[in-house]
Amino acid sequence: MTAALRLDGLSKTFPVGRGWLGKPTASVKAVHPIDLTVPRGETLGIVGESGCGKSTLARMLVGLLPPSTGSIEIEGAALDTADPTAFGKRIQYVFQDPISSLNPRKTIRQVMEAPLRHLHGMKRAEREARIREIFADVNLREEFLDRYPHEFSGGQAQRIGIARALAADASILILDEPVSALDVSVQAQVLNLLADLKGKRDLTYLFISHDLAVVEAVADRIAVLYFGSVVEIGPAAQVFAAPRHPYTKLLADSAPVVGRPLTAPEAKGSELPDPLNPPPGCAFAARCLRATEQCRSTVPRLDDTGDGTRAACFHPLDAPTA
Amino acid sequence: MKFLTLLARNRLALGGGVVMALVVLLALVTPILPLADPDVTDTARRFLPPFSEGALLGTDHLGRDLLSRLLWGTRLSLAVGFAAAISAATIGAAIGIVAGYFGGWLDNVVMRGVDMLMAFPYILLALAIVAALGPGLMNALIAVAAVNVPFFARNIRGITVGLAHREFVDAARLSGLSDTRIILSEVLPNVVPVIVIAMSTTVGWMILETAGLSFLGLGSQPPQADLGSMLGEARAALISHPHTSIVPGAMILIVVMSINLLGDGVRDALDPRLKSGALSRPRAATLVERKGPVPASEGRGLLEVQDLRTEFHVGPRTYRAVGGVSLHVEQGECLGIIGESGSGKSVTALSVMGLVASPPGVITGGAVRVEGEDMIGTPYRRLRDLRGRKVAYIFQDPLATLHPLYRVGDQLVEAIRAHRPIGRAEGRAKAIELLEAVRIPNAAKRISDYPHELSGGMRQRIGIAMALANDPDVIIADEPTTALDVTVQAQILSLLDDLRRSRGLAIVFITHDFGVVAQLCDRVAVMYAGRIVEEGPTASILETPCHPYTARLMACVPELGEGRRRLEAIPGLPPAVDKLPPGCAFADRCAKARAECRQGEIALSRAGPRAVRCLYPETPVMEAAQ
Amino acid sequence: MGGYILKRLVSAIPVLLGITVIVFLIMALIPGDPATAILGSYATPENVAKLNADLGLDKPLVQQYFIWLGNMLTGDFGTSFALNRPVLDEVMERFGATLILAGTAFVLCSLLGVAAGVVSAANQYGAADKAITFTVLLGISIPSFFLGMMMILIFSVQLRWFPVSGMWPIYGARDVWALLDHLILPASALAVVATGVIARLSRSAMLEVLRQDFIRTARAKGVRERGVIWRHALRAAMVSIIPVLGIQAGFVLSGAVYIEIVFQWPGIGRMLVDAILKRDILLVQGGVVVVAACYVMFNIAVDVGQALLDPRIKT
Repeated sequence: MTAALRLDGLSKTFPVGRGWLGKPTASVKAVHPIDLTVPRGETLGIVGESGCGKSTLARMLVGLLPPSTGSIEIEGAALDTADPTAFGKRIQYVFQDPISSLNPRKTIRQVMEAPLRHLHGMKRAEREARIREIFADVNLREEFLDRYPHEFSGGQAQRIGIARALAADASILILDEPVSALDVSVQAQVLNLLADLKGKRDLTYLFISHDLAVVEAVADRIAVLYFGSVVEIGPAAQVFAAPRHPYTKLLADSAPVVGRPLTAPEAKGSELPDPLNPPPGCAFAARCLRATEQCRSTVPRLDDTGDGTRAACFHPLDAPTA
Repeated sequence: MKFLTLLARNRLALGGGVVMALVVLLALVTPILPLADPDVTDTARRFLPPFSEGALLGTDHLGRDLLSRLLWGTRLSLAVGFAAAISAATIGAAIGIVAGYFGGWLDNVVMRGVDMLMAFPYILLALAIVAALGPGLMNALIAVAAVNVPFFARNIRGITVGLAHREFVDAARLSGLSDTRIILSEVLPNVVPVIVIAMSTTVGWMILETAGLSFLGLGSQPPQADLGSMLGEARAALISHPHTSIVPGAMILIVVMSINLLGDGVRDALDPRLKSGALSRPRAATLVERKGPVPASEGRGLLEVQDLRTEFHVGPRTYRAVGGVSLHVEQGECLGIIGESGSGKSVTALSVMGLVASPPGVITGGAVRVEGEDMIGTPYRRLRDLRGRKVAYIFQDPLATLHPLYRVGDQLVEAIRAHRPIGRAEGRAKAIELLEAVRIPNAAKRISDYPHELSGGMRQRIGIAMALANDPDVIIADEPTTALDVTVQAQILSLLDDLRRSRGLAIVFITHDFGVVAQLCDRVAVMYAGRIVEEGPTASILETPCHPYTARLMACVPELGEGRRRLEAIPGLPPAVDKLPPGCAFADRCAKARAECRQGEIALSRAGPRAVRCLYPETPVMEAAQ
Repeated sequence: MGGYILKRLVSAIPVLLGITVIVFLIMALIPGDPATAILGSYATPENVAKLNADLGLDKPLVQQYFIWLGNMLTGDFGTSFALNRPVLDEVMERFGATLILAGTAFVLCSLLGVAAGVVSAANQYGAADKAITFTVLLGISIPSFFLGMMMILIFSVQLRWFPVSGMWPIYGARDVWALLDHLILPASALAVVATGVIARLSRSAMLEVLRQDFIRTARAKGVRERGVIWRHALRAAMVSIIPVLGIQAGFVLSGAVYIEIVFQWPGIGRMLVDAILKRDILLVQGGVVVVAACYVMFNIAVDVGQALLDPRIKT
């Protein structure tokens, strides 16, 4: 079986500062080289805190940002990362803020028709039928088609965003914090809709979120990002229940959970390293209680820790003794 | 159409529009009016005063009819002014859109050029252009248009850069649109209102400028005259025959003023922020228009809110954001208020010290008692005196809520100084002490940092330190951790918990997160559509929720450790608070709702510490209280 | 900060060079040749050719530019043929008079404009706001030259409070008081338009700032309303007001041209208009370059002021 999505050494470096004649004075590595394989039909959850590079990664995957190094392969075929239109038909994107991803001066019909017309060159009647079909799938009424974005609530607008992504007929959807702008009661509606669509249309999801509980509820596998690198990746049932990387454990312990007493799980500050002056070793070493000299000088590789989980740590936490 | 009605509502703009229309009409019909030839000189009839026989406005130094010259001049000035504005706007906007959209080296080169042109005081450039092309009205037009291109280009570029990074442009790109199509169908429609605004506010100025060049003798050449050159020619006789100057001068004033009035109206009608009242200056304290009697104090708690009602009046609509909320908090207690967006939880919190922005906010009823004293309708001086001293606030986004241009230490000292005089050294010592109290390492150094130099977690600690500055009795924390990462949130929450225990603070904690409530709050009030639907001790509510909304909301929330699953969802949406249904606001989304739920007021039924506003609760409140 | 100032100064060099290129190119576009203009239409072709060679006008354009630039860098701006005087001397003398006029007007309009904007915003929709808004509208709608003429009619001719025109009395001492006497009318006329623009902008900048979250924080701390307006809001609003002051300085300098004509002020604007009408190209070039260079330096000062005010600007 070929993987739906394969990333090979994908990375992004941003130039910063502007010197004489606009030449950058320094650079920041937003995403360190990432290798990742997502099998067809899987939901891969990607979690991380602000500044971990998850949005940069997402934008590279859909061609909105050219990667600095590496390649993207979809169903065995390499994607031309220089051609943005090559992405549209194969991989689509659902935005975090549903309202601002809709042009305030266009009707929903115009928004929906764009991918059908420009990616698939459909005729008018064909487009009508397709839009009707998609709207039925995402539980939206057709009368919405002639309205403008400001008339919709966040939940409805996010359904429209999902409908637009489906219209491109891509098999992979990048969901970039798709529910974090929504209230919990609406969030559940959208998450369930996404689950239904996946079964019905044989989709592969990359679900990016900062909310551990949401990711755990929807993902098959979870990758934890810290400072631009994957620090742990494994089956969703294990990653937070039995974290191997100390950062994953910190995340899991920090999430407020009903019935758990309030504790500050970490004593060593919460500052990220300076991206202009990254540490030579593990980026988490300065905050880690288990860090040694080795951690501070060498970057750990993502290694198998047994039981299907991989963690980038020299001193991983013990696997739970069953 | 909506735009026109908005424009017509603005009386000044309407007046300007009417005058403008009249002037334009006059200018259009000038050729068919029975006027004297504007260029025929008659030195025998020089300097006739206004209202002379055969010359309504008199004649000029060559005996030419002033009225005729005025109308022909107005025609010319208007044509030149509009032509300059339209060409400058078109060229400038095109440059701005292309530079802003494509960015990179193109943008760099274009904007350096624009900077270069803007490095001239504009008249120098205009003079240089006229010097090169030679005096003449057409050349003056070119000069005025040319010097304005950089202003339009820079303005439109700024807007375009903002738009090009908006998500809907990304979405269009993913839908397969080419750059040209994106510019035409996504960017341009959103830029046009800005161009129209910029144009309507500069047309008047362009008319002034071309008139100015003509005044200097560099524009229209005799015998042809626009308003500027009429004024220029009349200047020599200013003292002896002022009417020859006043006539064209007053005309310029009338034309430009009416255009400016109209332009302001256009700007206001096109600016979406003005429609929502977002550009109003919020008053020092929320407006109070209390209807009905003030509830008598029941003497509960340090802070007691009784039947509080806060509304937003936007145009003809009334949003009942808070529709009769009562709650109280005791010393050392933490009360959580939980609800979704639009439930009125933040407005309740801000109403306590009159911090709801007004307009549009109005407190229409109820009482807020701090140690028994009603805060609603109390004179501003008293309210200000208690703000920060008795009741302090911590807000959501710590970057936006700290002043960006003052050092954090100074902002801390200011909080103290607002209530008592404090010397420099003492202030500094106190600021350091406060930062240490919120566990900021290296406090002595941090006090001279600016907010942007600190991380989000550190900034929120500053926010907390500022709230503690005057040892208040009550702290109202409005979603203080929502903007923070989980690892930071955990630290802030445990800090707040420690402070409350060590200092005996009463905390009102506004949140949408059940996990946070469960960990921090002793009691919790659940809000829906502006009302409290359930209230009681946290543990008890989490165990046996009574209100169907509470129960279903809790079921919606995914919790860590429960694995992959399908979530419970609540169908539908919360009602809009300007169109609240009678009866229970949740009835439309509730599986247990019956006809009675949709009629009349549903009271909060109490049993012991628990209270619920429901006719058919999940668990009877009496049972739940045990 | 020192490094920042140095950086800004260095970055001004290409701008200054660009200005000279633009001025030179515009002047090179002038149809006909200056020699004919200087010598008049009765000049013999030999004389014209000789003068062209003397002026260096027979050389290629690029070479002409560098000669002109090189001469300017050594302080030689050439000689005005109409005045028969070194361009630099004439420009410096005239520019001094303009600086007195425009500088006074600029200080006036900055102080009045910002104060009016703050008062207007603090009393939004109140009587003071309406009065200021209307006055401002009148101010930005009236041509400054017409306003100047009306001021002469009213204050000089009718009321006889101020002299009609000029910079100095024809007889009598040339002291500060005499200067002030002559300065008040033209400086006020010049300040009116810019005051209006600054007041409008300050008002909207204040309104924008007043609804920011940090203003609510200041109020929640119990800061007095006066402190909220003048200390918190104005300080933040100045960040967007200061760049406008920089742009308005250019407008004041531009408006000075009209005012100098109306009030017979011996400034550079009048000199430029005369020079254009007489096609005295070297004088126009020299005047434009000097004024533009000063304006560039002024804008650097504005940027430095901005950086001092806003710690978020990287220095």
